[in-house]
Amino acid sequence: MNPMFRGVLVVGFSAVAAATAWAQKPSNTVQEIERYRELLQDGNPAELWEARGEALWKEQRGPKHASLERCDIGLGPGVVKGAYTVLPRYFADTDKVQDLESRLVTCMGALQGISESDAKKVHFGNGPKKSVMEAVVAWITSESRGMKMNVSLDNPKEKEAYEIGKKMFFYRAGPHDFSCATCHSHDGLRIRLQDLPNLTNPRDAQRAYTTWPGYRVSQGEVRTMQHRIFDCYRQQRFPEPGYASDAVSALTMYLARNANGGTYNAPALKR
Amino acid sequence: MEKTYQRMVLAAGLAVAVGMVGCAAMQETDKSGEEALTLMKKDFKSRGQATVDRLNQDDVQALCTKYSGDAALPPEEARRVEAAQMAHVKYPADGKLLGDWKAGEKVAQAGNGMQWSDNPSKPGGGNCYACHELTKAELSFGTIGPSLYHFGRNRGFTAESQKYAYGKVYNSEAFAACSSMPRFGAHGILTEQQIKDVVALLMDPHSPVNQ
Repeated sequence: MNPMFRGVLVVGFSAVAAATAWAQKPSNTVQEIERYRELLQDGNPAELWEARGEALWKEQRGPKHASLERCDIGLGPGVVKGAYTVLPRYFADTDKVQDLESRLVTCMGALQGISESDAKKVHFGNGPKKSVMEAVVAWITSESRGMKMNVSLDNPKEKEAYEIGKKMFFYRAGPHDFSCATCHSHDGLRIRLQDLPNLTNPRDAQRAYTTWPGYRVSQGEVRTMQHRIFDCYRQQRFPEPGYASDAVSALTMYLARNANGGTYNAPALKR
Repeated sequence: MEKTYQRMVLAAGLAVAVGMVGCAAMQETDKSGEEALTLMKKDFKSRGQATVDRLNQDDVQALCTKYSGDAALPPEEARRVEAAQMAHVKYPADGKLLGDWKAGEKVAQAGNGMQWSDNPSKPGGGNCYACHELTKAELSFGTIGPSLYHFGRNRGFTAESQKYAYGKVYNSEAFAACSSMPRFGAHGILTEQQIKDVVALLMDPHSPVNQ
């Protein structure tokens, strides 16, 4: 039994009956995942993360006992609807281009008095060790569902971040000579059975970018673009990219901008 | 006469203009390239065996990064890289290139090795199936590289084909500059014995690759 299949089988949540029915008829993996998605289309477990994230956004937390409700994540203080479609973007108060996670770290510091290291402590959840960040991101992104990606390069720092992100995308290094582009700059390729989006091509970039975060069936967790980039670099045999770092914001800028015009449709369900 | 002169002036002017645009674009590219490396060095951290020194490129990596995306690798640069890399291909001292295809199949299946999540004291894999079709029994194969099914049958079970297979796995850059394939021997990803076993998977007439 391959590890992915095993991961699918051990995942535990409310749709146990559906999963059991599904598990009894294994055929090929791709078809099974499609079938699994259909069974769950009205009940993506990511909704649990979204609900927790909305509560966390409104909860008074940190030394300052404040909520995140006045946080400016791109469309002004407190505006959540559609905000993810304009990220990453330039923020004057930090004088930086920031993605959503980076911006949330800023707000947790400014509004709630939470230190950067505390804000980043549990950045990727693992079972009972839940991540505040993944939940809040799940909720904020869900509030952009159905809207078009609209990332700007009008500010010189945005343009600069895009160009740097593009350079990172094509940067070959490490013992395996891999770059992001090794897997993600050609049409119609697969790694094992997994289709590889060509992230330099708008159609593929849109389809890929607009479906993160996703509830990962193989992990039983909601994972964001931040995690996708982290895990790609692991497989590239690179050192670890800092969570919510400027480097990740720059690479995300390249990916998000290439997805402009795509209709945002996440949190999604992924293998 | 006058027309010819006008045309020449126009052509010269255009050439200068194109040159200037090209130059400006190149400078911008170099600048963002340096900024990208500076940013990665600031923000990437060593973890396990995946240390930050891996961000430093060798000459091949730097050249292949420069000629990526829309910039095609000039053929003369490609030949130069291939010749230079060929000098580093180290063939086994005992002259035997064919190992055990069953062990080679395990190497082809295994995707671990060199990641920060891998135990460096355990042998790594070649993950050949991630990119290549090899046998008809394994349906889960990628398409980044060409199908290698019937590799030996198609190329002939000759010493020359064995030598090519060993060299290609050992250092793909010696055969196709800026290939997507890792330099398994040159970078110590696989041991000499593991490469022999992969060569057997490709070249042994009894291997499922050749059935």
